[in-house]
Amino acid sequence: MSKYVIVGASAAGISAIEAIREVDPVGTITVISEEPCPQYSRPMISDFVSGKANLEKMKCRDDHFWEKNTVQALTGRTAVSLNLADRYVTLDGQDRINFEKLLIATGGKPFIPKIEGAEKDGVLTFTTFSDAERLAAKIEKSTKALVIGAGLIGVSAAEALVKRGLKVTMVEFKDKILSLLLDATASDIVENVIRKAGVTIITGQTVQRILGKPENDRLVGGAILTNGDQVSCDLVIIAIGVVPRMELVAGTDVKTNKGIIVDRFMRTNVPDVYASGDVAEAYDFVLNENRPLPLWPLAQLEGRVAGYNMAGKKTDYPGGTSMSALKYFGIPIVSVGLANPKDDGTYEILVKLDPEKGLYKKLVLKDNVIVGMTLVNDIERAGIIFYLMKNCVNVKKFKQELISENFGLATLPSRLRKKMNLGN
Amino acid sequence: MKRIIAEEEVCMGCGLCEVYCTVQHSKSKDIVKAYNRENPRPISRVRLETNKPVSFAIQCRHCEDAPCVTACLSGAMRKDEATGLVTHDKEKCMGCWTCIMVCPYGAIKMDVSNKVVAKCDLCSELDVPACVANCPNGALVVQEVKP
Repeated sequence: MSKYVIVGASAAGISAIEAIREVDPVGTITVISEEPCPQYSRPMISDFVSGKANLEKMKCRDDHFWEKNTVQALTGRTAVSLNLADRYVTLDGQDRINFEKLLIATGGKPFIPKIEGAEKDGVLTFTTFSDAERLAAKIEKSTKALVIGAGLIGVSAAEALVKRGLKVTMVEFKDKILSLLLDATASDIVENVIRKAGVTIITGQTVQRILGKPENDRLVGGAILTNGDQVSCDLVIIAIGVVPRMELVAGTDVKTNKGIIVDRFMRTNVPDVYASGDVAEAYDFVLNENRPLPLWPLAQLEGRVAGYNMAGKKTDYPGGTSMSALKYFGIPIVSVGLANPKDDGTYEILVKLDPEKGLYKKLVLKDNVIVGMTLVNDIERAGIIFYLMKNCVNVKKFKQELISENFGLATLPSRLRKKMNLGN
Repeated sequence: MKRIIAEEEVCMGCGLCEVYCTVQHSKSKDIVKAYNRENPRPISRVRLETNKPVSFAIQCRHCEDAPCVTACLSGAMRKDEATGLVTHDKEKCMGCWTCIMVCPYGAIKMDVSNKVVAKCDLCSELDVPACVANCPNGALVVQEVKP
């Protein structure tokens, strides 16, 4: 019996533990984690593969995190089923753990489409530390890699591989890379830089079949694209996206849609059962609806909110949205909210483009409230705009200032500055 | 804990706060060497905000509920429970700029040459932070607030 049971020990799980301990120093916490390694930053696996970071650098919490927070950690274990009537989780090996409050923070898993040959040695995914280790172990013996998918994960995998000297081809089904985050202009800016770094980008195509090597069919030797073209490679990274890992709640009363549906307190529809992170479908403050947003900062925020509420400190989830800061190949980019709004007259677009300096700023407004921001290169003041977005500030009176070079706190109306509590 | 308050009404916009912050975060702690010989030049963690006639200097507010800490991808940004400071460990920092995306004050700087961010540490080793001590017009003052 444990007062709090947490399934999953990545961003959401560990943030929940910290929040619980702020409120309840003594309630028993048990965490179940498939990963045997210490708490580490998943977004840093690209730096691990490129050689920029080792596991020590990747650790995102202090050593002895479990001891410091008096957590019973069952690592290297899998939660296989959930009994809501009698309130217990069954582990591999049939152990049962009863709970008073449960947090499901099982995260996401890579989406793997049905591709002939996907079972071959050399076809990998890229989300966990073990994925990164597997990939790193194969790099020495590889010369050419094919990355399927040019979203956040695909581009970061491509960057790591190119830095390790591999010839990389990236195939994207959509017309543009990073199309969920960026508009065409910003996407083109990144695409040019990636191409310059030596990556071949093929858009509007995907992989039809993965081929074996002539001497050994079990090893990856190439791929055939949907247009029939053949790409030679000895590694294939599948980076199409992640889907919520909901196996644990399958067949239970816990309501799911694309992810586990949670309210603004991270509660599922079942009392005392919470969900957070990539497995959950939480509130998006821009779209004003719930949707899965598999992003590390949001997983940490959702986990904290869940932890507080589980421990009895009622805390409202302010909501998240699509929000990413990128550093691919050295170009800083921030993208928040809508990048490609519908052209139906609802939205007002403010744009500034300076191709010489590589500067691009685009804000999307709806009824004088910012609902989308894309900044390329000049990103240091992004947080101020993020604040305006999150607080739905009416920017009618100072909208032109927002994309000016001089934009900063001093260009905001003084009344707003007072509200932001700068202490002046 | 200490908190630096900007007095907008008396700020002249001279920018000495940035100069002294740069020097304080340099290797040499010498104004000439910091500006002319250290390559890359150290980054000022305070920013002079100007929109004439308005000017004031702003640095990390060491927020109670700091968005940068919750958003940090690497665990570099932490809230020190004992001191109330928001600390940044540049060895852990992966330079992903996520903290910059969420800081409402735009108070985190990019240290591009080192591929990390830089922010105010309240000059923990000094009695009075360098920007405050060297403001010629009393536009930056230290206040003691409950952590």
